[in-house]
Amino acid sequence: MTKRFAVSKNLFLRPSSFIHAVDDVSFQLRRGESLGVVGESGCGKTTVGKLLVKLIEPDDGRILFRFASNPVSSHGDPAVDPSLLRGTALKDFRSRAQMIFQDPYESMNPRRTIYDIVSEPLSVQGRGSVMDRVNRVREILTSVGLAPASDFLFRHPHELSGGQRQRVAIARALVIGPEFVVADEPTSMLDVSSRAGIMLLMQQLAQDLEISYLHITHDLAVARYMCDRIAVMYLGKIVEVGETEELLHNPLHPYTKALLSAVPLPNPGHRRPPPDIHGDLALPIVSASSGPPPRCRFYDRCPMATDRCRENPHPASEEKAPGHLVACYEA
Amino acid sequence: MASDTVLEVKDLSLTYQIRQGEVKAVQDVNFRLDRGQSLGLVGESGCGKSSVANCLMGLLPDNARVSNGQVILGGHDLLAMPEETLRHYRWNRIAMVFQAAMNVLDPVYRVGHQIVEAIEAHGIGSAEADSRARVAELFRKVGLDPQLMDRYPHEFSGGMRQRAVIAMALSCDPDVIIADEPTTALDVIMQDRILRELKGIQGDTDLAVIYISHDIAVIAEVTDSVAVMYAGRLVELGSTAEVLTSPMHHYTAALTSSFPSLLGEKRPLTVLGGEPPDLVSPDPGCPFAPRCPAATEVCRAEPPPAVNRGGHWATCWHPNSLHSE
Amino acid sequence: MIFRRQMSAPPPAYGGDDSGFGRAGFLLGRLALAARSFRQGWNIFVESRLGVISLLIIGLFALMAFSHPVLMATVWDQATYDPVTGYAFDQVEQPAPPSWRHPLGTDPLGRDVLSQLLYSTRSEFVLGITAALVTVGIATVVGAVSAYFGGLLDAFFMRLADLVIALPSISLLIVLSALFNLNLFYIALIIGVLGGFGGTAIILKSQALTVKVKPFIEAARVAGGGHFHIIFAHIVPHLMPLSLLYMMFTVTNAIFAEAVLSFLGLLDLRMSWGIMIHTANTGGYLLGGTKYWWLVLPAGASITLLCSAFYLAGRALDEVVNPRLRRRSD
Repeated sequence: MTKRFAVSKNLFLRPSSFIHAVDDVSFQLRRGESLGVVGESGCGKTTVGKLLVKLIEPDDGRILFRFASNPVSSHGDPAVDPSLLRGTALKDFRSRAQMIFQDPYESMNPRRTIYDIVSEPLSVQGRGSVMDRVNRVREILTSVGLAPASDFLFRHPHELSGGQRQRVAIARALVIGPEFVVADEPTSMLDVSSRAGIMLLMQQLAQDLEISYLHITHDLAVARYMCDRIAVMYLGKIVEVGETEELLHNPLHPYTKALLSAVPLPNPGHRRPPPDIHGDLALPIVSASSGPPPRCRFYDRCPMATDRCRENPHPASEEKAPGHLVACYEA
Repeated sequence: MASDTVLEVKDLSLTYQIRQGEVKAVQDVNFRLDRGQSLGLVGESGCGKSSVANCLMGLLPDNARVSNGQVILGGHDLLAMPEETLRHYRWNRIAMVFQAAMNVLDPVYRVGHQIVEAIEAHGIGSAEADSRARVAELFRKVGLDPQLMDRYPHEFSGGMRQRAVIAMALSCDPDVIIADEPTTALDVIMQDRILRELKGIQGDTDLAVIYISHDIAVIAEVTDSVAVMYAGRLVELGSTAEVLTSPMHHYTAALTSSFPSLLGEKRPLTVLGGEPPDLVSPDPGCPFAPRCPAATEVCRAEPPPAVNRGGHWATCWHPNSLHSE
Repeated sequence: MIFRRQMSAPPPAYGGDDSGFGRAGFLLGRLALAARSFRQGWNIFVESRLGVISLLIIGLFALMAFSHPVLMATVWDQATYDPVTGYAFDQVEQPAPPSWRHPLGTDPLGRDVLSQLLYSTRSEFVLGITAALVTVGIATVVGAVSAYFGGLLDAFFMRLADLVIALPSISLLIVLSALFNLNLFYIALIIGVLGGFGGTAIILKSQALTVKVKPFIEAARVAGGGHFHIIFAHIVPHLMPLSLLYMMFTVTNAIFAEAVLSFLGLLDLRMSWGIMIHTANTGGYLLGGTKYWWLVLPAGASITLLCSAFYLAGRALDEVVNPRLRRRSD
């Protein structure tokens, strides 16, 4: 029983040029697993998350979900491609795949109460009576640590602290019992002390509820605590995937190495060498006719680039160690 | 040694007037900054660290009032100065690198021109050509190509804008620079470069820098000493190495241990429960007592005493012992 | 069982027990919240003095509207005081200046001016509020829908709005009222439709565009909300502040337009403030300077006062419902 995704090549249409936000990306996520997607801003990690919960549609490629129980599938294959879903089948998908948004301030309608916000997935899908929903919302608020729940039901988001608000966001994503959750930087806008609380809560809920997470983050240290595996993205491409500890302690791709060596350590007196990388991050804008230049995406900034990297197309992923995939000619 | 002190903040308290009453945003903050030294001001949002910075720069909003204290810069109390002298004094002696570089640069003027204006407004450069030469020098100093002077801010990347803002802060040769979350909006690789740049500039001159950040790792790497703030009060002050490796205050301890570690041993995260206290009508005791694991009766009833262990200073009834595990 | 999967750990494991919270508790909570938001809103409204003054003025006019049938049933006799068919037999000369029996005098046809003024107030309210509701109803839906869907639908509504704005509305109303026999309800409807598809729709659309890009709209989509749900549960509530403001402006517009049309004698109404001025004008009394002030001043002042009261109430309400103007303090 695995869940299989194969997202490929997404193009955002612009009049005469494209931004390759996500380009030919493939990965798999197992049931109950947490996969971290790490990269700098603009690398396409949030786009991957939005593709997976059908906030945007891929231009090419397929996303396949194999859920634990799947009453809507018809042709024997239990896999579901969300881009083909309409009507009740789409609503059913919405109750299995949810998302936690980055910004706990902007991702909640300021005019609605906590009850309205958390019960929204239930009410728009017509689940249960009003009292069923009230009880369910109280149950889920309690389990995300907002107790006593009845104190929170009729408050507005602006009356809560950032950490409390992100707990509400988690409650909203989990209230309908999803099997897969995209968490888009759920801790990046929180203070240090509430961040640890949210991280522990998500770990515990993932264990209790067997939820598969796609955890989008720019912070490798957060990914280390939250994820079983990590995928590093650069300009719309996944350049390296591996088990968390293996990837952090034995990075193979030069970009991963640079990222790791750029993270400051809370260890006074420790002197880090400067990260080995040139230049600035560019936007992957290419003209509609010619497509991206046929070479490694990381070529311009790579410290170990060779002629081979310039003359050949972007390298395919290779398994360098068990479960450790790298897309690099020189690694 | 006293001659080396470039900035001294004494008993600074300030309040904001809101509908519900007076918010005691900063209370009795004391610290000293020596020439060429860097100080980190750490705390979570709402702890008052940005209020302190804005007070030093004279950028407080209308509803703020400094109720007590002195800010002594080069022997003069900034808070007792008339507004007119203050304005020149401030940019020339103390400058600020703002958090949102995008909002500091005016989108309709060329970047170089904006720095030239800052120089001329404070009477440093005499001729336009001199000022431009000075800007080119500043650009080189912060790692920007001087040819970029005549570009507009939107043509700069986030990292380049932040460098331009640093160049602007350096333009009048200040003694002190306040860097308010200078790298929060940047990616790690760019953050690393900017911090190295700032450190390099600081090492070359005898510039003193105050870093304001919520990120302990950044503070650990770039500062000589750290001041930890909680609920408007300074709770711990000392050399960076001592404060972060053997914190005396339990809040500092909680902050450092709630920070996920990237490499090495994967420490379990500790969670600090509860919420920061109400600053309108604070309780009499230690502001951290409701969340503190070591709190006792006396912590809730009376304000904590200052404990000084050879320059490492904290306000706590039950400070952690020197080498506690 | 309404949920496919239940929490595997029982809720008490996480601590926090609040049993005894049933249907009554839920309803009470909602009610308390409504009361609290109303109280907060009221406090902010009261703080702006203009809001209170405008509310007092509107209240005064409402009182006037109610007082007419009461006065007719008690102290005023039909033959003398009817606003249209009455005649002041006690006066020798018409129009007669204010007196004890006729506090605002009589008009050239011997009718009591105060009675006319009070009688008209009711129809002005009906007209203004109908037009405002129609405008805001249409404009909110048009604005939200064009912002949310974009594309052809948006293009169509926006070109339509351009067309409506380009048409001079008073002239259009003059033409329409010359062609058709317009009564109060039709005039309200026309003013409402013109406002709703015109400028108000564009303003509400631009507001809707800023709401559409908020992450909570994406969150609602992930929750499974359809287009209808997102438009009416998330976008429209954010248009309400502006809607309310424009509702007030439309009331002002409608009363003003009615006055113009009545003044030109183009409306099929029994009596209105515009008709009162029209009567004075056709008798040539407007030329008499201030000598016949009681023929013009009461109606004119009422138009100005009621229009500005609605406008000011709109501004004060804006402060209540617009969170950006509210002080963030709790």
